[in-house]
Amino acid sequence: MPTFIFLTIWTAVRILGRNRLRAGLTMLGIVIGVGAVIAMVSIGEGAKVAVAQRVATMGTNVIIIFPGATTTGGVRGGQGGAVTLTVADGLDLKKRIPLLRDIGWGKRDVMQIVNGNKNWNGPVNGVSPSYLMIREWSYTSGGPFTQQDVDTAARVAVVGQTIVENLFDAGEEPVGSVIRIKNMPFRVIGVLAPKGQSAQGSDQDDIIFIPFTTAERKVFGTQFLGSVGALFASTERPEDLAPAVEQIRETLRLRHRLQPEQENDFIIRTQVDIGKVQEETSETLTVMLFAIASVSLLVGGIGIMNILLVSVTERTKEIGVRMAVGAKRRHILTQFLIEAMTISLMGGCLGIVFGVLGARVMTVIAGWPTIISPNTVATAFVFSLGVGLFFGLYPANKAARLNPIDALRYE
Amino acid sequence: MAALIQCQDLWKIYRLGDVEVQALRGLNLSIEQGEFVAIMGASGSGKSTLMNILGCLDQPTTGRYWLNGVDVAALRSDQLAEIRNRQIGFVFQSFNLIPRTSALENAQLPLFYRGVSLREQRALATDALSRVGLKGREGHYPTQLSGGQQQRVAIARALVAGPSLLLADEPTGNLDTESSREIMAILDGLNKEQGMTIILVTHETDIAAYADREIVIKDGRVQSDRNTQAVARLSPSGA
Repeated sequence: MPTFIFLTIWTAVRILGRNRLRAGLTMLGIVIGVGAVIAMVSIGEGAKVAVAQRVATMGTNVIIIFPGATTTGGVRGGQGGAVTLTVADGLDLKKRIPLLRDIGWGKRDVMQIVNGNKNWNGPVNGVSPSYLMIREWSYTSGGPFTQQDVDTAARVAVVGQTIVENLFDAGEEPVGSVIRIKNMPFRVIGVLAPKGQSAQGSDQDDIIFIPFTTAERKVFGTQFLGSVGALFASTERPEDLAPAVEQIRETLRLRHRLQPEQENDFIIRTQVDIGKVQEETSETLTVMLFAIASVSLLVGGIGIMNILLVSVTERTKEIGVRMAVGAKRRHILTQFLIEAMTISLMGGCLGIVFGVLGARVMTVIAGWPTIISPNTVATAFVFSLGVGLFFGLYPANKAARLNPIDALRYE
Repeated sequence: MAALIQCQDLWKIYRLGDVEVQALRGLNLSIEQGEFVAIMGASGSGKSTLMNILGCLDQPTTGRYWLNGVDVAALRSDQLAEIRNRQIGFVFQSFNLIPRTSALENAQLPLFYRGVSLREQRALATDALSRVGLKGREGHYPTQLSGGQQQRVAIARALVAGPSLLLADEPTGNLDTESSREIMAILDGLNKEQGMTIILVTHETDIAAYADREIVIKDGRVQSDRNTQAVARLSPSGA
C-alpha cells in the first residue's frame, strides 16, 4: 500500500504538471481562499491581543465601584450622579473583606493647568497613593506621592506624558518644576510612563494626579468631605474577583442601609467585565472575517470539484483500462482523491505564504496589528486538505463507480 | 483434468429502455488449460458479451462460470478485480495504453495494483517488454511507438502479471498485415512455447486460423465448435 500511495502521488503530480495552466487556475482558488483566511484571522487575532493589552493597562484584578444614579422627584440622574461613596466606605471595605489586597479612591475634575507661558486643559485626579499602586502606574522619572503628602495635603503632582508634551518644552525635565493648578503652585514630583489608549479608547496619559486631600480641600472645593468619584480595589487572584464583588455589594448595602426592595446606589465593574465586552467584540470580528474568507475557500473547493469532474470524463477510458488490469474501486477513488488533495495542498501552502505576506502588508500599510499564530497556519493547512477531500469525494466516487465495460468502451 | 473455463447455461439479459435484449441464451462452453481458441461471430451475436463475462468485467444474469474452479458469478466487484489482476491478461483492439505514460509504466500497471515494490515492478515489466521484442523502448511514450509496437506493449502489460488466461479482443483490428502477423506470431509463441491459454475474438478468418479451435457464436449460443489444428498448421505459411 505505501508503494501504491507514493506512486499515486507521483502520478498525480505528473498529471497536474501536464496541464499546468488548468492546475494553476484551479489552485489559484485555494491560494486565494487560504490566503484570505490567514490574513483575515491574523487581523482578528491582532485586534484581540491589542484589546487584551489595553485591558491589562488597567492594572491586575481590578474592581471599580462607581456611585449609582440619583432619583430626584422621578428624574433620574446619570451614573455617578449621586454622592454615595466615601473614603469611609473604602476603609471599611478594606477592613471587612480580606480578599481585597488593596483599596484606593479618587475624584476628578477637568481644570486649566499652567506652566510658564503654556497652559493645558486636563483632567486633575485627586487620589490615594494606593490608587496609583492598584492601577500599576510606573514612572519615567521621579515617583509617586506618599501617605504623608496626603496627610499634610501637600501641593505635589504626578503628571502623564500628554501633559508633559503640552506643558513642557522638549528636553525640559518636569520633575522639580512648579506648575499651577487653579492658580495654586504644585511641585511636579513624578512623570508617569505612558499607557496609551484605554480599553474604551481614551488617552490614559492625559492625566495629572495630586493627593486626594489636597484635591478636595484646596482645589475642587467639595460639598461633602470624604465623598469620592470612584473606589478602586484589587484582589490577589483573578478567581477572587467574583466573591469579592459579592462581598463588596453586601457590605455596601449594609453600610448604606438599603432595604431589600431598594436598588443598589452604586455600580460595581471588574476588569474581567470590561475586558469581556471588548474581547467579545473582537471575537465577533474574527469570526466574521473568517466566515467571509471561508467563502472564497468554498469557491476554490468548487473549482477543484469542477476540474476533477472534467478530468474524470476525459479519462473515463483510462479508468476502464485501470479497472480491467485489476484496479479496485478504492484504488480509483484514492487516485482521484489524491489528485484533489495534491491541488488543494499545493494551493494551501502557497496560500499560507500569500496570507502571511498579506498580513505583513496590511500591518505596514494600514497599521493594523496582525498576529499569525502557528494555530492559524495549521488550521488553514488542515482546512485546505479538508476542502480537497470534501470536494474531491464526489468526482472520485463517480470515477470509482464507473462500470469497467462502459468505461472501456467510452470514446 | 479440470477445465480452465467452464460455462454452464449462461444467460445475459440487458434492458435498453423498454426493450429486453437477450445477449446470451443459455450458452455452454468448456476450455482446457493451454488451448488457443478463436471465437467468431457476427456483430450482435453475443461474442462481446461472452468476452466480457469470460474476462470477469461483467457477470451473467443467470448461469454459472467457473474459472480455475472458482465460481465467478458469485463474486463481488473487488474480488473480480483481484481475479482480473492475477489471472487474466487483456489485449484490446485499440491497444488502450494509458496516454503520456511510458511503455515501462504501462507494462507495470497490473503490478501497481498488487502492492509490489517499485523495484520489482520495474524488473518484471522490463522482462515482459523484452519478451515481446521491445527491449530498449521502455522509456518511449505511446505516441512515439507504431501501432504494432503499442499492441506489443499491451501484450507485455497482459503478461507481466503471469495470468493463466489471455483474452485478445480483435488484437489486429487496427493493424496492417505485417504488424498483424508479428502480433499473431507473439501470441502463437506464448501458446505453443509457454502453454498460455489464449482466447481470441476476431472476424477475420486468416487471424482465426492461428487458433487450434474455432467457436462460432450466433444468437447467444454456440453454433459450431470445431478443432482446426490441421488447418492452423497450413494456413500461416500459405497466407
